[in-house]
Amino acid sequence: MAITRETVEKVALLARLRLSEQELETMTDQLGHIVGYVDQLSEVDTEGVEPMAHAVEVTNVFAEDVVQPSLSREQALANAPRSNDRGYLVPAVLGD
Amino acid sequence: MSLLDRSATDLLSDLQSGELSSVELTQAALGRIEQTDKQVGAFLYQDAESALGTAKSIDQRRQAGEQLGLLAGLPVAVKDVLCDQNTLATCASQMLKNFRPPYDSTVVAKLKAADAVLIGRTNMDEFAMGGSTENSSVQLTRNPWDLECAPGGSSGGAAACVAAGMAPLSIGTDTGGSIRQPAGLCGVVGMKPTYGRVSRYGLIAFASSLDQVGPLARTTSDAALLLEAISGHDPRDSTSLNQPVPAYSQTIDKPLENLKVGIVREHFAEGLDSEVERAVRDAIAVYESLGTEVKEVSLPHSKYGVAAYYVIAPSEASSNLARYDGAHYGHRTDQAEMMAELAAERKELEEAGDTRGLDNLDTPLIRMYRRSRAEGFGPEVKRRIMLGTYALSAGYYDAYYLKALKVRRLIRQDYDKAFEEVDVIAGPVTAAPAFKLGEMVDDPLAMYLVDLYTVSANLAGLPGISLPCGQSESGLPIGLQLQGPPLQEERLLRAAHMYEQETDWHTRRPTSI
Repeated sequence: MAITRETVEKVALLARLRLSEQELETMTDQLGHIVGYVDQLSEVDTEGVEPMAHAVEVTNVFAEDVVQPSLSREQALANAPRSNDRGYLVPAVLGD
Repeated sequence: MSLLDRSATDLLSDLQSGELSSVELTQAALGRIEQTDKQVGAFLYQDAESALGTAKSIDQRRQAGEQLGLLAGLPVAVKDVLCDQNTLATCASQMLKNFRPPYDSTVVAKLKAADAVLIGRTNMDEFAMGGSTENSSVQLTRNPWDLECAPGGSSGGAAACVAAGMAPLSIGTDTGGSIRQPAGLCGVVGMKPTYGRVSRYGLIAFASSLDQVGPLARTTSDAALLLEAISGHDPRDSTSLNQPVPAYSQTIDKPLENLKVGIVREHFAEGLDSEVERAVRDAIAVYESLGTEVKEVSLPHSKYGVAAYYVIAPSEASSNLARYDGAHYGHRTDQAEMMAELAAERKELEEAGDTRGLDNLDTPLIRMYRRSRAEGFGPEVKRRIMLGTYALSAGYYDAYYLKALKVRRLIRQDYDKAFEEVDVIAGPVTAAPAFKLGEMVDDPLAMYLVDLYTVSANLAGLPGISLPCGQSESGLPIGLQLQGPPLQEERLLRAAHMYEQETDWHTRRPTSI
């Protein structure tokens, strides 16, 4: 599957990345090569094969519904780029 | 012989008998780091005072006759991807350059409980993505055997610090070969345990279904000791296996009777360096000389391992790394600059009467995410996020992601079949000895192929160990890889130890530093 610049721009938006002109160009080229290599997977007959999402088949792991100690608000906010004492501060989500 | 040329097991017995104090040993390690790390660049940062404080308190507790942990007094280096409360954990990324986790990862907690002395944080490829440690956003790590060569990756710092005698033990992580490959290229022992053997709680995630923490050390006995200290069930990691941990360090000396070693037909195909092939075949001959049966087996889907890996790992990475959005922690772009940029773009589109462009313009929040991520992540991380997002996007999911998961099962089934016939599989770790720094930086696909012999074990969840088995003519180490069925770490360690007892490769030391 050929990778076009338009595809790369669209994927960059989905991935929440902003790429420079130079990066868009390099990325188009490199992703093209890598996807070209990965395309060899299509040679493999996988008819009737169940996908394997995990290396070790684990069934659901349940925990008792008991309240456990967790991070304090202060600890949770300690690494925030911007916060007041109560929560994370971000640019306006609706409107300006 | 300097103190740090000795094995961790030897040092431990001297610590236990009182011939050596942990303070002396820690000082020796810090001195060695001071002396050699300017050249090697294995450590990102250290806290000498804190390490010496821990060492001193362990010495005091020993003198008071207290019962101490498995690693009491031994310096251990930790890859900068595992959380240690209030200590920087950067993943060698600008994104996390100021991140101080508010909690300990289970592995770090276990090291502390085992009374290890945490000696420093080691360099790595950013977010553990890479095969040479050249993707670190902080510094270059050099291979102690040849300073012009890469140490391998992504646990390059972890392997180099052991090879250079700066720490007797270190912790790495292996998603596609990131412990075994640098161990092979740096001439040390490195082990990836069975997926789920070691807790991933507090390990900064790259590809959750593949990542596994493991030991790097000088000898198989040392690796056994460290693995024993970090293994075990953890209710905080839902993928952790609830199985008892064997006393690896107690059984390592016992040779395996009637061992059957498998060699994989596909491992000796085109592309394997002739010196590596010779060293690995010689190693297999050592097993034969011990009366071991050697049998050829086939892993027909192994040639698709790299392709399946480079769909699955980036897909999981694109999802895991979505948490770095500049809102909760990590790097955030300058808000005033960002708002000015958006305003300028809006003005330009308005003046041009481009209503479609205006509709497509990012909101301030999305622009914050995009700029923060663009500034915080390096090129390889961006490449993998893009690759994963592409493989998971509508229209490509079935052709890439789902297909790769099916091939993953075929790879596992090949192994299951092979292990009906043999106990362990022996083969190369890498196709060639250490490559020159800079040689592959512009060719990501070539770099991905260095994982050829290691990725399949991650896809299948199997344990694997790399140990020194030779040297190239130019003096670079060559590694032997042994792989085994799930939870057979003990078998692998004992089989590796049988080889180690017959050769002296593990006693060789780099001379360039």
